[in-house]
Amino acid sequence: MALKLYGTVASDATQRVQACLYEKEAHFEFITVNTAAGEHKTPRFLARNPFGELPALEDGDVTLFESRAITQYIANKYDGRGTDLIMKDPIKLAIQTVWMDTENQRFDQPFSKLIEAALEGNEGGNKDVREYERKLESVLDVYEQRLKESKYLGGDSFTLADLQHLPGMHYLRSTKAKGWFQGRPHVRAWAADILSRPAWVKVAAMSPW
Amino acid sequence: MAIKLYGTTASTATLRAKACLAEKGLDYEFVNVNMSNKEHKSPEFLSRNPFGQVPAFEDGDLKLFESRAITQYLAHAYPDNGTNLIIHDPKKMAIVGVWIEVESQKFDQFGSKLAWELGYKPMFGLTTDDAAVEENEKKLEQVLDVYESRLSESKYLGGDCFTLADLHHLPVLKFLFGTKAKRLFDARPHVSAWAADIQSRPAWVKAITA
Repeated sequence: MALKLYGTVASDATQRVQACLYEKEAHFEFITVNTAAGEHKTPRFLARNPFGELPALEDGDVTLFESRAITQYIANKYDGRGTDLIMKDPIKLAIQTVWMDTENQRFDQPFSKLIEAALEGNEGGNKDVREYERKLESVLDVYEQRLKESKYLGGDSFTLADLQHLPGMHYLRSTKAKGWFQGRPHVRAWAADILSRPAWVKVAAMSPW
Repeated sequence: MAIKLYGTTASTATLRAKACLAEKGLDYEFVNVNMSNKEHKSPEFLSRNPFGQVPAFEDGDLKLFESRAITQYLAHAYPDNGTNLIIHDPKKMAIVGVWIEVESQKFDQFGSKLAWELGYKPMFGLTTDDAAVEENEKKLEQVLDVYESRLSESKYLGGDCFTLADLHHLPVLKFLFGTKAKRLFDARPHVSAWAADIQSRPAWVKAITA
């Protein structure tokens, strides 16, 4: 039985999972959730994701939510197939996990707020937006230092630590935030590299933003 | 000593790592970081945690930061020590993974803001922002409603046994339970029972009194 991914092509969290599924060459059925009609808040969907958010993933008798839990599950389930997304060596994996958590705890929040503000037509003059921008830029400063010493965030190969950033970096690069890459050549090179991966190009082609 | 934890006991993130070390029964050196002297912003500390925040961690040559990366490292690197905090069955571990993310993505955001407003600010002589408290309590309540439902079907968040998915909540619970926000937990019987259970674990009691 194939995996079922419930989400939308516009949802950054869904895109994160799509990227992972393509990297692992996993077969899956994409089931679009009609968010305009409030489908994600129906009892049927809430049974899949009790927070009424996208995405959810069904693999036979198990249903998962939270995109970063889903990508880890997929990366482990399809170990040996497609791209290796999880370091095998435990020490290298510990370091990879640091940068996965960095995306989760530091990059994601300001990025999510920025994209929310943009969708509400709020970019630019808003004080909160400037605060989120400032936060993201200081995260990118740390990434610049990290990427001077390491080809990818998690280590010497592309892993989930980089993949989790794809929707965010895609968004930043397509907005005025690409100016932030000017003074950060390693971030720029890393972004160009990861965003040109065929798996991501496939996801980006479907994305409305 | 091979394992060193750099932080302060006033920091929820430091306590998260301490909780895990205690559950695993591991010996370690605790190195206090003097936040009031801005030691966490010193070049030496920044070389341990480039975000200039506590905690930072060492195990021999391995240097880590981010409390949830530290706990996951410990859980995997020391499987035979103390409490088992992960599950080997991939589907069951995937479910633990879901609730680890829920704590990180949802509970922590609102819980930490409330801990800041109701716990830390009074400690530092700052004024609590009542509007922020109201807003974050409402959001936390929505999360706790999901927890109530989950815990009515599952003894612990990740499944039948205590795992990292539960442990990660301990430090914020500790701060919130000392404030009026405790009532949000008391109002939900399964959440209340779970919170009481995990906070009474001997390892946690030891971690916060040692």
